[in-house]
Amino acid sequence: MSAAELLMWIRGPALQFATVVFVIGVVVRILEILVLGRKQDLAAARGSALAGGLRTIFSRSVPDRGTLQRSTFNVVAGYIFHFGIFLALFFFAPHILFLHDVFGVYWPSLPTQFIDAVTVVTMITLLAVLLHRISHKVMRYLSRSSDYLAWLLTFLPVLTGYLAFHRIGLTPPMLMALHIASVELLMVAFPFTKLMHAFTLVMARYYNGAMAGRKGVNA
Amino acid sequence: MSASLERGIHAFKEQIDAPVAAFFSSCVRCGLCAEACLFFTETGDPVYTPIHKLEPLRRVWQQEYTFWGRTAKALGLSRPVTDAELNKWEPLVYDSCTLCGRCSMVCPVGNDITYMIRKMREGMAVAGHAPEGLVSATRRAVTTGSPMGVKYPALQAQIRNVEQETGLSIPVDVTGADYLLLLSSMEIMNFPEFIGAIAKIFRKAGVSWTLSSQSFEATNSGIQIGVSDIAAELVQRIVDAAAKLQVKSIISPECGHAYTAIRWEGPNLVGKPFDFKVVHILELLDELRAQGRIKLGSKETQKLTYHDPCQIARRGGVVKQPRNLLDMVAENFVEMPEAGTMNWCCGAGGGVGTNERAAELRLKVFRRKQSQLNAVKPDALVSACSNCRIHLEEGLEEYGMEIPVLSLTETIAAHLE
Amino acid sequence: MPKDQSIGEALRARGISRRGFLKFCAATASLMALPPSMVPIIAQALERARRPSVIWLSFQECTGCTESLTRSHSPTVEGLIFDTISLDYHHTLQAASGAAAEAARAAAMQENWGNYILVVDGSIPVGDPGYSTIAGISNMDMLLETAAGAAAIVSVGSCAAFGGIPHANPNPTGALSVAAFIREYGNRTPNTFAADAAAQAAHTDISSKPIINVSGCPPIPVVITGVLAHFLTFGKIPDLDSLGRPLAFYGQSIHDRCYRRPFYDKGLFANTFDDEGAKKGWCLYKLGCKGPTTYNACATTKWNDGTSFPIQSGHPCLGCSEPDFWDGGGFYKAISTPTGDISRTAVYAIGAGAAAGVALGALNRAKRTRLQQTHSKVGIDDLDKGG
Repeated sequence: MSAAELLMWIRGPALQFATVVFVIGVVVRILEILVLGRKQDLAAARGSALAGGLRTIFSRSVPDRGTLQRSTFNVVAGYIFHFGIFLALFFFAPHILFLHDVFGVYWPSLPTQFIDAVTVVTMITLLAVLLHRISHKVMRYLSRSSDYLAWLLTFLPVLTGYLAFHRIGLTPPMLMALHIASVELLMVAFPFTKLMHAFTLVMARYYNGAMAGRKGVNA
Repeated sequence: MSASLERGIHAFKEQIDAPVAAFFSSCVRCGLCAEACLFFTETGDPVYTPIHKLEPLRRVWQQEYTFWGRTAKALGLSRPVTDAELNKWEPLVYDSCTLCGRCSMVCPVGNDITYMIRKMREGMAVAGHAPEGLVSATRRAVTTGSPMGVKYPALQAQIRNVEQETGLSIPVDVTGADYLLLLSSMEIMNFPEFIGAIAKIFRKAGVSWTLSSQSFEATNSGIQIGVSDIAAELVQRIVDAAAKLQVKSIISPECGHAYTAIRWEGPNLVGKPFDFKVVHILELLDELRAQGRIKLGSKETQKLTYHDPCQIARRGGVVKQPRNLLDMVAENFVEMPEAGTMNWCCGAGGGVGTNERAAELRLKVFRRKQSQLNAVKPDALVSACSNCRIHLEEGLEEYGMEIPVLSLTETIAAHLE
Repeated sequence: MPKDQSIGEALRARGISRRGFLKFCAATASLMALPPSMVPIIAQALERARRPSVIWLSFQECTGCTESLTRSHSPTVEGLIFDTISLDYHHTLQAASGAAAEAARAAAMQENWGNYILVVDGSIPVGDPGYSTIAGISNMDMLLETAAGAAAIVSVGSCAAFGGIPHANPNPTGALSVAAFIREYGNRTPNTFAADAAAQAAHTDISSKPIINVSGCPPIPVVITGVLAHFLTFGKIPDLDSLGRPLAFYGQSIHDRCYRRPFYDKGLFANTFDDEGAKKGWCLYKLGCKGPTTYNACATTKWNDGTSFPIQSGHPCLGCSEPDFWDGGGFYKAISTPTGDISRTAVYAIGAGAAAGVALGALNRAKRTRLQQTHSKVGIDDLDKGG
């Protein structure tokens, strides 16, 4: 199989397969949670559950001061790599083109040199995050093999994306094939790993915020 | 029927709902909750990481309520939760968690870990893995009406003392009163001045209130040990007393978990909304203050700080009221760092104070409160939970700090005109 | 033109001044990224070089590569250099035909055995050799026998270099590039020999013949002559990239040297061929430009005497100098986009996921309801084990 044929397979059948697994998996997991339901709260509300829930979905992105002080690296590094992935994923011109192909909408891209710098920072941060996970006693204690797998699956698309952009090591179609393939691996593993938090954290934050909101607490 | 692993697992499965599923699905093992928990920060032992305390419950969720977990289970690829594991987790779920809810405020994906610990205790208790101290307190609560075994005659005796001291009469079983005051056994036995303080304030403010001889206990061992059936029975006693005396409201006293038990869990435990209101004493006092019904003759001049009881502030929503009241009564009120909804637990909530096995640990983690206090160096520490108060006094003594612990209600009563 | 004339003599005979010749040498040197000190050496080497014998074989091709070389709109030094090699066999350009043409090839091979340059354009059908024959000789056999005596093989055009359009899906003729063909069939003995028995006896394994791929559909004329000039100057083949192409010409991508690159970096794209972006000359990436993955010198040397190149005239690069460019999922689709209809797949998957999720969720819920119904009330005596 030539690089071009591999790329076509990766962009074609493999992408279709990854999409099917990703979409079905994510939808099933979300519905499994939602359909499970919860009991109606019979206690008289002091505040609005809805408002509290919606508020926490956003406010929980901002760490409290104590956490920021006590876990500065964790918070800052977490911010950097999440933002980095977000920027590279949604504001790199070829990605916008890809997403346009899927969703039919365009939006402006950021300069490629900027995305390039973001990618380097993201990779360095991800490596630091891995080191932190291995060296920090709590994180090492909590980590399961799936946590390291999730790290790898997150790191590979960033790495292969960087290599593909700079065309390092292999031919461009091969690099492109590897890059898209790494994303497909991520998509396939997504519903089965903690990567699901990208979707379920909205629910988690809502439930937490809503329960606190009923009590008049800003969680 | 005796406790067993099967009953425990059965209870776990009963307890798992959408929030639990969303929380477990979202955890990324970032470890931030550890830094929010005084049992970790003061011991440095990762075993006390809050989310780790839920590991058996997480496995049950995964094996029972996710498609892939169920598939793995069917294929024999997953490890079932064992009794030995629950035994190992018992100190994590009971001795080193005060249900303070600080981790639930910090988790970046929004997990309410405390909500899950509360649910996990349902399974732990019926699996026979509740600590002995809590079991016997619960037994006393069910059989005598009080976790400390305080019966009505004991209360009667204290009432007589208070009446003699204050010269005020304490209303008992007054049908049609506006408010039914509940008390914690701790207050009855250790801080009976509280009853006098209430009587003084209410008399000046013209509040119509009563105690019930039939049901005066506010605390609820059922929610601490994690047995909703028992918790419901204890709540029902209060509901029945309220109905009998036809009161409009119930006052939850200066006790943390009692407020959670009656205000937030109560209607859910008995399965229907209350037809009376539940207010915390601080809520009521703040209301009276706002209406100008509390008139002070003097102000407290000592430098005061306020310890937020977790169940009243973070888990109860009564945060502003004590500040309003302190602003009224104190000339020099200072806040500790991270006060309010991010306050650090005293270390004895959630049944830890009743659990003799946890005595050493809870004193060890009191260092967190010590450093918080050292940051402001108050003359006196005010709080609104007699359980906190007992432990704060114990802790301060242990660490050689001479800071008196005051009740906010009593402080106000002492400065009435 | 006498065969023993040197290139310098031949050029002067054609009226090319010394100055014009040096200019060509300088241009060639700079294109190949050689230092200016190399210019006189190139000039000297080219001047003295005996006009090399070149045999040009055309297989499954469209003659576009030859057109590219010969149809410059005015005579160029490159064109003349090309004229002045001893092109001994090229069935499009030579006057002889039929048996006479094949005899010319046999003569050239015999005379220059081991020294001639073999230029190939077009791919070789191996599925059924009958798809392309010349004078009754299959392309396979002709390549095998002609390559045997060549000093080097230059695969001109993407068909010879990579299989090109004949190789495009579903590749009905079983077309192979020269390199792929030699890799697979290089140790075979050809069935028919136009050359004499001695040549046949001397036939050796051709698997190790140096091959230079000059890809493009067609390749840029100066790239072809540049490669020949390099070979004549240094007597060896130039440095090649992983696809066997001279790095001097294929070292950078179209994208790297594209004058529209700043628009790409700023995220300014033409979305259609007639929108504002297209009129303003913005980047054509969204219109499927393969510049980022295409390695060629178009953006620097340009075409038609440096007039323009596809992107400059408003059309995305097709990526014609890359392997399998015809099968890249469409000229107007960037190679980073899905080939199929992902949105439709996703919509079906959402439907399937929703059905499965609701069903699985309902099962879970029913299970929990059943558990809650079989809940036995917990009393104070239920908290001790074995009690």
